[in-house]
Amino acid sequence: MRGIISAGGYVPYRRLQRAEIAKTFGSGGGKGTRSVASYDEDTTTMGVEAARLALSGAPAGATPDTLWFSTATPAYADKNNASTVHAALRLDSDAGAFDFGGALRSSVGALRAALDSSNTVLVVTADQRGGLPTSADEAATGDGAGALLVGNDTAGPVIAEYLGGASTTEEFIERWRTPGSTRSRAWEERFGEVKYAPLVEQAWNAALKAAELSPEQIARVIVTGMHSRAARAVGTRLGTAKEALVDDRSATVGNTGSAHAALLLADALESAAPGQVIALVVLADGADVLLFRTTDAISAYKPARTVASQIANAADISYGKFLGWRGEAKLEPPRRPEPDRISASVSGRTEDWKYGFVGSRDRNSGELHMPPARISRVGDTVDDMQPAPMADVQGTIALLTIDRIAYSPSPPTVFAVVDWDGGGRLPVELTDVDADSLKMGDRVEMTFRKLFTSDEIHNYFWKARPVR
Amino acid sequence: MGSHGIRDRVAIVGMGCTPFGEQWNKGTDDLIVDSTEATFAATGITKDEVDAFWVGTAMSGASGMMLARPMQLHDKPVTHVENFCATASEALRNAAYAVASGAYDVAMAVGVEKVKDSGYQGLVGAGKTPTDGTGRTLTAAAMFAMCSPGYGKKYGLDEAQMREVLARIAWKNHYNGARNPRAQFRKEVSMETICNAPLMAGGLGVYDCSGVADGSAAAIIVRAEDAHKYTDTPLYIKALSLVAGNCSGNADPDYDYTTFPEIAATGRDAYAQAGITNPREQLAMAEVHDCFTPAELLIYEDLQFAERGTAWKEVLDGTFDLEGALPVNPDGGLKSFGHPVGASGLRMVFEAWLQLRGEAPAERTIKHADRGLALTHNLGGYPGEMVSFVSILGTELG
Repeated sequence: MRGIISAGGYVPYRRLQRAEIAKTFGSGGGKGTRSVASYDEDTTTMGVEAARLALSGAPAGATPDTLWFSTATPAYADKNNASTVHAALRLDSDAGAFDFGGALRSSVGALRAALDSSNTVLVVTADQRGGLPTSADEAATGDGAGALLVGNDTAGPVIAEYLGGASTTEEFIERWRTPGSTRSRAWEERFGEVKYAPLVEQAWNAALKAAELSPEQIARVIVTGMHSRAARAVGTRLGTAKEALVDDRSATVGNTGSAHAALLLADALESAAPGQVIALVVLADGADVLLFRTTDAISAYKPARTVASQIANAADISYGKFLGWRGEAKLEPPRRPEPDRISASVSGRTEDWKYGFVGSRDRNSGELHMPPARISRVGDTVDDMQPAPMADVQGTIALLTIDRIAYSPSPPTVFAVVDWDGGGRLPVELTDVDADSLKMGDRVEMTFRKLFTSDEIHNYFWKARPVR
Repeated sequence: MGSHGIRDRVAIVGMGCTPFGEQWNKGTDDLIVDSTEATFAATGITKDEVDAFWVGTAMSGASGMMLARPMQLHDKPVTHVENFCATASEALRNAAYAVASGAYDVAMAVGVEKVKDSGYQGLVGAGKTPTDGTGRTLTAAAMFAMCSPGYGKKYGLDEAQMREVLARIAWKNHYNGARNPRAQFRKEVSMETICNAPLMAGGLGVYDCSGVADGSAAAIIVRAEDAHKYTDTPLYIKALSLVAGNCSGNADPDYDYTTFPEIAATGRDAYAQAGITNPREQLAMAEVHDCFTPAELLIYEDLQFAERGTAWKEVLDGTFDLEGALPVNPDGGLKSFGHPVGASGLRMVFEAWLQLRGEAPAERTIKHADRGLALTHNLGGYPGEMVSFVSILGTELG
């Protein structure tokens, strides 16, 4: 049996109230909220967070042979973003890591290719969507990531068996964007609606026929695509029960583009019962239909953090802050020198620490050293340390301070001295917090973030956030 | 093995110190020439009579040539030293050891910093070492800010009480600085103004932070037995102590930010070298590194000026005021005199030089100069990871 072993959806902590847009500009916006990646997040860091959730829900031993990372808004061109995700997850060096680049359709393509292969594949998708202020895209889209661990049941219990799929393709100019632009453009809405309908119908019928299923047997159907009107229209014409259509989270998260299929699939699996057929229908320059049936193993599947809980645990940011974070409004930078670019060779030497948050622990005294050290600060033993992976260890705030003068892309900086569960201490920067909202004794966990970008090199490292 | 010190083996026979402040019209070279020429003028010693030089700067130059060129030194050994904000003390320490060793008859220590050419307020780090970008980006202000809640929690002081204690320290240093013509800030500041100042980091406002200034100071050191050739009132070096911390504080769950172990260690070592058993009674004055007000509070306890947990009361009682039992920072300290990083350590010694020899202006003359002993304390770094230096200077041998 082959299918999905575990899944993880990541929704950033911040929300923009869409009504704020019209309050500011007199137009745009709408009802509900959209998710907003923090100033220190990008598709790579969000992908890492989704992948961490997927792997933490996977059984021991279900380790990926390869990692496929797909986004329409990559942090780097030329440089492989999947390698950064691979490093943050501390996958073995013999596991491959590949970017599926560019188009919105690449993510469902990566998923289908993974399902059709024989390896254990971690498919990671992430997207950061937006548009010009007051545009429909600005309000309707969102930021997020989804990760799916795909493999055979020899690697670990499969919670959703892959029943097969079908794709249809046609060349038409419906939505487009040239590299480097933050704004997507779209043709008249009706055109896409007319184009997508027959493509979906053809793929849908083919997939169901191959799987020997009828529409009434589909318990849950996920329909997603950037053309929301086409997706809505299609959803009513598939012949499935009305209640089978799953909430596409457009009212709270927004459409996360190339991440949305995996995010919604992770979301659906988190509430699915055994023996349910789930259909995933993706509209992106063609149509893709993938069919799954949940297994008995899903009863024992305990996701580390559900999409629903992340939707519930959110906090608003102002529209002004949103525009500043996105670069749509140019704000006065802090009056401090910008940081120098990081060194490639130093970062290469410290990969485990920088990307994996691995310290060292003295085998004699048990003392934790972060960053790793050769000589112990207790007992002075030399070169007798073992790796101490700390990314998944929680801690307690011993002291904290708000720094209003340090350089930050979004001041002020909040720092805390954190005492780790199991011993050890390190002062770390906090994120996803409002200054003055924390106190000594609060619990924190680590999250992979982008500290700054200099000379077009992103400086990735770990920060702490409150356990929510 | 042992720290023996060089008690009474060398003496300072002349000093110079420029005004500290935003000296837009002076560069590093000007500041060096000003402080060294003032020193030569005060002693009658010429640059050719000085056998060796040590120059301290943290971010305004490199190599001994940064001194040899502006001073036009001919065939002289010049060493550049750097040890964070304790840089000038390091220059003094090395020059003193060189003379004590017998290698040279006359040595000069110079500290200088030109910080106001960066275009930014505050200090901008000198470090340009390539890194992996994982280092802490917190400012010194934010690091020292953590000492205030740490101290308050340990000794049962609420936020308002801590605010008053810290403000009282800043108030005192501004009071003293107002009486110092070389100081950057020469105005008294009310407690109310200090308490209501804009916040910089944590609970620390603008008046809890030292002034950022340009400046330079210099000293000439000779063997003790030669001192009276140059002056009737030399200052003998009784103790020099330095510790470079192993940076373990911020990794130690037992560290509570109410003490600086490096400072306590240099205090103990210096007192042992100088034979001091009761610093509070024996010292006439102290200059300490008040980079941020909580630092000065903790230093009182680390240097045994007050029992643990009591310094805050002593502050409110005025113990460390100009007229108090043990005046601390009678020249205004970093707070009011200003802090040119690589010059501050020698500026502290300059105040001891003035006060112990009766040359301080009447309006800030300390009461107990007759005790004949002064302490300077200079630190570089942060809580949990710092360099600390303590010197003890005296007017008499023995």
